[in-house]
Amino acid sequence: MIPETGHFALILALFVAVVQATVPMIGASRGDRAWMDLSRPAAVAQFLLIAIAFGALVTCYVTSDFSVLNVAQNSHTDKPMFYKVSGVWANHEGSMLLWVFILSLYGMGVAAAGGNLPPALRARALAVQAMISVGFILFILLTSNPFARLDPAPFNGNGMNPLLQDPGLAFHPPMLYLGYVGFSMAFSFAIAALIEGRVDAAWARWVRPWSLLAWCSLTLGIGLGSWWAYYTLGWGGWWYWDPVENASFMPWLAGTALLHSSIVVEKRDTLKAWTILLAIVTFSLSLLGTFLVRSGVLTSVHSFASDPARGVFVLALLVVVTGGSLTLFTFRAASLKGGGLFAPISREGSLLLNNVLMSTGAGTVLLGTLYPLFTDALNLGKVSVGAPFFNSVFLPLMVPMVMTMAIGPMMQWKRGDLAGALSRLKVAFVLALAVAVATWLLAGGSASPLWAAGGLGLAAWLFVGTAVEWAERVRLGRCSFGEFLQRCGHLPRSAYGMTITHAGLAVVIVGITGSTAWKTEQIQVMHPGDTVNVAGYQVTLDGTQDNVPGPNYTALRATFTARKDGRLIAVMHPEKRQYTMPPRPTTDAAIHTNLIGDLYAVIGDPDGTGGFVTRLYYNPLVPWIFIGALIMVGGGLVSLTDRRYRVGAPLRTARAAAAAARA
Amino acid sequence: MRRWLVALPVTVFFVLVGFFIWRLVLMEHGDTPNIIPSVMINKPAPQFDLPPVVLDKPGLKLADLKGHVTLVNFFASWCIPCREEHPLLRGLGEKVRLVGIVYKDRPEQARAYLERLGDPYQAIGIINANLDSRDPQSQVGIDFGVTGVPESFLVDKQGVIRFKQIGPFTPEDINKKLLPLVAELSK
Repeated sequence: MIPETGHFALILALFVAVVQATVPMIGASRGDRAWMDLSRPAAVAQFLLIAIAFGALVTCYVTSDFSVLNVAQNSHTDKPMFYKVSGVWANHEGSMLLWVFILSLYGMGVAAAGGNLPPALRARALAVQAMISVGFILFILLTSNPFARLDPAPFNGNGMNPLLQDPGLAFHPPMLYLGYVGFSMAFSFAIAALIEGRVDAAWARWVRPWSLLAWCSLTLGIGLGSWWAYYTLGWGGWWYWDPVENASFMPWLAGTALLHSSIVVEKRDTLKAWTILLAIVTFSLSLLGTFLVRSGVLTSVHSFASDPARGVFVLALLVVVTGGSLTLFTFRAASLKGGGLFAPISREGSLLLNNVLMSTGAGTVLLGTLYPLFTDALNLGKVSVGAPFFNSVFLPLMVPMVMTMAIGPMMQWKRGDLAGALSRLKVAFVLALAVAVATWLLAGGSASPLWAAGGLGLAAWLFVGTAVEWAERVRLGRCSFGEFLQRCGHLPRSAYGMTITHAGLAVVIVGITGSTAWKTEQIQVMHPGDTVNVAGYQVTLDGTQDNVPGPNYTALRATFTARKDGRLIAVMHPEKRQYTMPPRPTTDAAIHTNLIGDLYAVIGDPDGTGGFVTRLYYNPLVPWIFIGALIMVGGGLVSLTDRRYRVGAPLRTARAAAAAARA
Repeated sequence: MRRWLVALPVTVFFVLVGFFIWRLVLMEHGDTPNIIPSVMINKPAPQFDLPPVVLDKPGLKLADLKGHVTLVNFFASWCIPCREEHPLLRGLGEKVRLVGIVYKDRPEQARAYLERLGDPYQAIGIINANLDSRDPQSQVGIDFGVTGVPESFLVDKQGVIRFKQIGPFTPEDINKKLLPLVAELSK
């Protein structure tokens, strides 16, 4: 009964979404307030119905109802409760239901929090949002029904891929979808604005919190995924440039560009068409990612149930959503006249440069991801594109971007003073140079890669430059302490958000540089008692213990002791687990971190003579990548609490009132 | 100019869609994109010169491959599938000229491995595990396009790679694929 209720609720949600997609849209073009306002209760009803559907599926999983095909295929009674719940979205059908659930959550958010929005804009944005809902609910109902029954019901289920039974990966998809789907809000507002033919500062201010929330979620989602890959896959890396990773990274790049260009729209009333285009592109890249992952058109280390029939459906959705919106853009973009003029050397100019570099970055990632498809189609042979391409094309783009990240915030709007900004950044320049030289010398002079010194210098430049900008705004050391505190209190939270996020990126850069430049790896067969030297640590295999029981697996557990100069540093227990259902092996790396570097141990197969294959890595500075990502998310959240979102945007209403007064 | 520019995104998008449709149509006919053949097939083997690892046997360089049909086997002491493959290689040494390249390993461990399991190779070179990844020795694996061990390359008399085995050989691989090819190339 419960799955049927869920199925029925989803069908009802489809009808509500159809109404929400059409009636408010017609109402907005006719100026009929009642029709427009239907969008709000409809959005709430849609959310409640999808919540019932989602709740029904969760219930099926929690109660292990194996008469539901999806549950039988992906769950098992032995699974810990936590993974029974996360198992809901660890498969294609369930994850699509989570997708529309989050979509409707955002829709309800706009309906509930958008009281100060102009009714026509709100009606159109919610209608566009509902159109996306219609597409995806249809996709679920027609090709990926999670409520399909199985008769006779099996005694137990097939279980869930053990690699996914992990706390990091339990939260990775919801965060990722909060990000992907969150950008649908910016998209819907962009389409509404294109239909209205009006984009102004107020529009940018309404859109910003939604994009910011999406950006924070996506950053956290990507960070979680990368962290998970690092500690469970046992190869010591944290990014592979795999198509599925790129699929999440491209919307992140475009979304970051969108956040920055929407500042220009808000403050200076220009770059409008570009911002609208970015809003469309960001969400389209999210959809493209969904298509690439689910259709199987690209080779990837990630295995999602790929199915050409589903691929055709998602491609059709992509054509309607992206093709339709870009066509609308083509005809309407010319009507979005920019307001403020600005010199190339200015705050706007530096934000534009950021945008150009970010979008070029997203473009190169797209090119690299799809290149194997292009060459195959044009009969140029089958190739795979990996890290060397991305490192040599993408990273050089990021260097000038990080350089301008310290200078940009120092610039005035309209016309900036580059020489002045640079002279105020003298401290940052000197410190960055010092860090670079010190890195080069400490890492052994000519033998160490020069680019690593450059990378750390760049991080220092960004970090100190960001700190200098903040110090100038609060006049640190240039006024009384009381005035300093007062200035700290008055500085808008969005300014703090920028400072924290930019500093967080500096921390990430340190981590990426360190882990790439100085990683050491030792693969060998070790017998109990053997000792291997890894980056100054003496790591001894003390012994192994077989058949260690877990909740739904048995493990081969090794004990390593790491010593440095005779001093005990850590006892590490990597495991090789054999899950019972499905019967699959996984590796569980043991990581000892001191925040400067990770000692990373993996136990492999026995060699038959009492020895075991072991992989020992020293990964310097890797924790900084994840800490930096968290700092960036924190900065985004601080910015989200800025006063101007809490008090709303009175701009357009004030102007309308003034116009009314004149009339 | 400007009109052309605003129409650019939608144009690019539909070109992309064209590629996707092409791929999906192929997949409908059962052609998945997952099979990527080695780009080294029918290309000359790369230039290399590796030091010896076993006392009484020479190292290995490109010139050694010319003039004979040769099977180049990449292996390592830490590689469990290599161990499974090893008995097959011992039999194979009588039917084709077999040379080995020790991949990312330490010489003493490689020697212990060969002492314990036997040494079917006519010559063995080593890519030392302790070298920097930019060292020319480490580049040999990349030049060959080695993705892991064991991997084997069949090189003809002119030094051109004709066949690549990814992962361990099975008796079936040897009898159905490798040996017929060796016979053909030896003519």
